[in-house]
Amino acid sequence: MSDLERRLRFALAPVEPPMALTDRFERTLTELTDAAVEELADTELRAMRDPRNWARPAAAVLVGGVAGGTLIVVQARQRQRRRRPRGLRGLERRVRETAGSAIRAVRR
Amino acid sequence: MEARPSKPLLDEEFSELYRSHLRDVYSYSYYRVGNHHDAEDITEQTFLQAYRHFERAQRESDGRPLRPWLIRIAHNLAANHYRDRSRRPQTNLEDATRLSAVHATEDVVEGREELAAILDGVAALPDDRRDALIMRFALDMDNREIARALGRSEGATKVLLHRAIRQLEGSLEAGDGHE
Repeated sequence: MSDLERRLRFALAPVEPPMALTDRFERTLTELTDAAVEELADTELRAMRDPRNWARPAAAVLVGGVAGGTLIVVQARQRQRRRRPRGLRGLERRVRETAGSAIRAVRR
Repeated sequence: MEARPSKPLLDEEFSELYRSHLRDVYSYSYYRVGNHHDAEDITEQTFLQAYRHFERAQRESDGRPLRPWLIRIAHNLAANHYRDRSRRPQTNLEDATRLSAVHATEDVVEGREELAAILDGVAALPDDRRDALIMRFALDMDNREIARALGRSEGATKVLLHRAIRQLEGSLEAGDGHE
């Protein structure tokens, strides 16, 4: 390795991301999930009566599922950082919580 | 026909990808845009996009590492960032904060000017050369990974890195890197 390459490696040292970044990422995903759940609740009854509206709640379920899933994995990261046990049990609990809140909102 | 992986398994694998490469994506974004605020935006958007396309990326990766794919997403987002806002990277990389945060204090005191000259020199390189150097030295990516991230052949990547180092060397010798 040349001297310049050695200096480059030193100058371009990896930068640690701020802890707040993961919190922010989780917030964004929570907002996406909430918006999808609200969309689902608002349109659910109409969608059931009018086949032309069936596409919208389906899309909301999709968005909610994707964002909720990502939220779960990010929360898994936070749990790991806090040295809490992680794994399938925790993941399963999050899935149940996310699915449960979506179902309750739809039934309201 | 191959069975699709289950959602919990995909989530667990994405979680692993996030844990393993958050620092890589953040470092790349930071050296591209030159400030923490925009680096956080790009990192967040990178992982959101990655999650949306994760299953397909896994399927198409054929077992190869996904880091180049992630960095390519960050690379494209950073390019759009400049296009949308018609701006160039900041060359001083929030000097005081970054230098003290990233490097040991005694080293910084000793080589602050040299360090700043190198960072300014890197920032002044043409985009593709600058990006290749960041991938090599900040992320420790090999030629194959950089080639995949930049959408080039390995041969072309090797030449690109060689030219980037030569150009940087020339500008540092001429004193162009630091004002």
